[in-house]
Amino acid sequence: MTTNTALTTKDLSVTYVGDREVEALKGVSIDFSANQLSAIIGPSGCGKSTLLKSLNRLHEIQPNVEISGDVHLGDQSVYNTDEPVPKLRKRIGYVPQTPTALPLSIYENVAYGVKLHGEYDSKNELDALVESYLQKVNLWDEVEDRLETPGAELSTGQIQRLCLARSLAVEPDVLLCDEVTSALDPISAESVEETLVDLKEEYTIIMVTHSMEQAQRIADDVVFLYLGEVIEENDVQTFFQNPEKERTKKFIDGDTIVEYDESDDDSPSEAVPAER
Amino acid sequence: MGGSTDSGSQNRLGRRLLTERVSGYWLQGAGYFAIVLFALIVLALLYQSLPLLSEYSLVQMLTSSNWDPAQNQFGFLPAIVGTVYVTALTMIMGTPIAILAAIYIAEYAEGRTKTLVSSFIDVLAAIPSVIFGLVALIVVVPFVGDYLAPAVGSSATGLGIFTVSLVMAIVVTPFMISLSVESLEALPDELRESSLGVGATKWETIRIVLLRAAGPGIFSAVLLGFGRVFGATIVPAMLIGGQTHLPSSPFATGQTLPTLIVNDFGELMSLPLTQSALIFVGLMLIVVVWLFNFSAMILRQRLQQRWQF
Repeated sequence: MTTNTALTTKDLSVTYVGDREVEALKGVSIDFSANQLSAIIGPSGCGKSTLLKSLNRLHEIQPNVEISGDVHLGDQSVYNTDEPVPKLRKRIGYVPQTPTALPLSIYENVAYGVKLHGEYDSKNELDALVESYLQKVNLWDEVEDRLETPGAELSTGQIQRLCLARSLAVEPDVLLCDEVTSALDPISAESVEETLVDLKEEYTIIMVTHSMEQAQRIADDVVFLYLGEVIEENDVQTFFQNPEKERTKKFIDGDTIVEYDESDDDSPSEAVPAER
Repeated sequence: MGGSTDSGSQNRLGRRLLTERVSGYWLQGAGYFAIVLFALIVLALLYQSLPLLSEYSLVQMLTSSNWDPAQNQFGFLPAIVGTVYVTALTMIMGTPIAILAAIYIAEYAEGRTKTLVSSFIDVLAAIPSVIFGLVALIVVVPFVGDYLAPAVGSSATGLGIFTVSLVMAIVVTPFMISLSVESLEALPDELRESSLGVGATKWETIRIVLLRAAGPGIFSAVLLGFGRVFGATIVPAMLIGGQTHLPSSPFATGQTLPTLIVNDFGELMSLPLTQSALIFVGLMLIVVVWLFNFSAMILRQRLQQRWQF
């Protein structure tokens, strides 16, 4: 990989310590390249969402999570730092799997983070910002005459683009997308995919997907996660055409059944909390 | 043989469809029964109020502060003012505490603390309110009479509007907390993640996103509390002092609409107009509660529309 690295994980482990201990990530070390779209793929319950959320400490809203290792955003450590978490999350945005409009107007949905961080001087500047980010996600033409209506009144596809606009408006370096097209109809999904491809010019995008076709279509790099471990991390061409690992080959060929090692006490079951 | 099975299953289908139709009617009947019951109660109260209403002018009774059934003086103003006073004071004291406690339980408390706090709140909500009245007679009444009222330069026995409001706030707050916690916890985590994901703090997320999204539910919780205070009988009857006059201060004794009914109930048999007057009080209560619920329903729909997510 010739490009710069934007985000690195070092020996990142996440364990859910509720009634039953589940090791969701086991020492994951990955380099995510800047201005690339990296796709994280793998069977259900293998820690994809956990990995994504641990990159900006969003898993911390759940109780009983233990974490070791670290994540680096450039030179900035995400875990071993005095930096306030909101400041880190501003640099590493997150778009959830379910299209979620905040209970605010379309305008306020986009302006939400900008207003909190106070990064504008006048109403005009804010207006312009909102317009530019809605343009960036190809939503402006559809909503320009109803910016004051609740965001939730849009279609799910539109809401997902609204979510992208909201995340981008605070100018993150990295954008985390958790299966952002899985709740959408094919046409909306295609339009969100196109938006993501446009966006990687300016941002580093890390996307969880359950669809290998999608990874093949739009990703530059692919990370294959299996039972909380990285099996293979490669560029998209090599990954799909000439995978290094036997396990990857099997997965690409459609063997998505997880084989739990019975002797391993820590093996997660189907009910890994991260994949609710 | 095939034919007999056919007719057997035909019969069976016939029976199933009949059950289907009958159960539909039966459930519909049960639903309409609620409406009929409400209408019957209103009609009965209205019918029994007629002797009073034909004798005196409604406006005069609602604005007169002279309540003396023995002299045929039926001024409802003291009880109306008392009710509004108690309800307002209770809600002012109870609502902020309820919402803050609900936020704490739903968003901040974790693990054992959370279980402990919420189970105690559920226990509080389940205590019969007569027990609150009893404890208040021993604890709150002397406290208000001996310390609080003198401290603000008022003299009082301790029985009165303020004491009732304080105790009613303790009675209804657990209800409002439980229901508000439920609406907050029902919110999808994606709302929290979306807000935190752009760098919002936890408090900003709660204030701007979660309280709006759970707003209609919290509003309903507060309204349920309101309904309970408005119609509360036993606690006010024990603690308000039972004097039918316009209260001059929060520490003054007074009367609410429900306590008027309870306190004057003994005279009911001998004076027919008094009976009619007390039944009219019941009518007022039921009409106000109904109007309030109705407008609240409309307001709730507006909020839901505006704060949808």
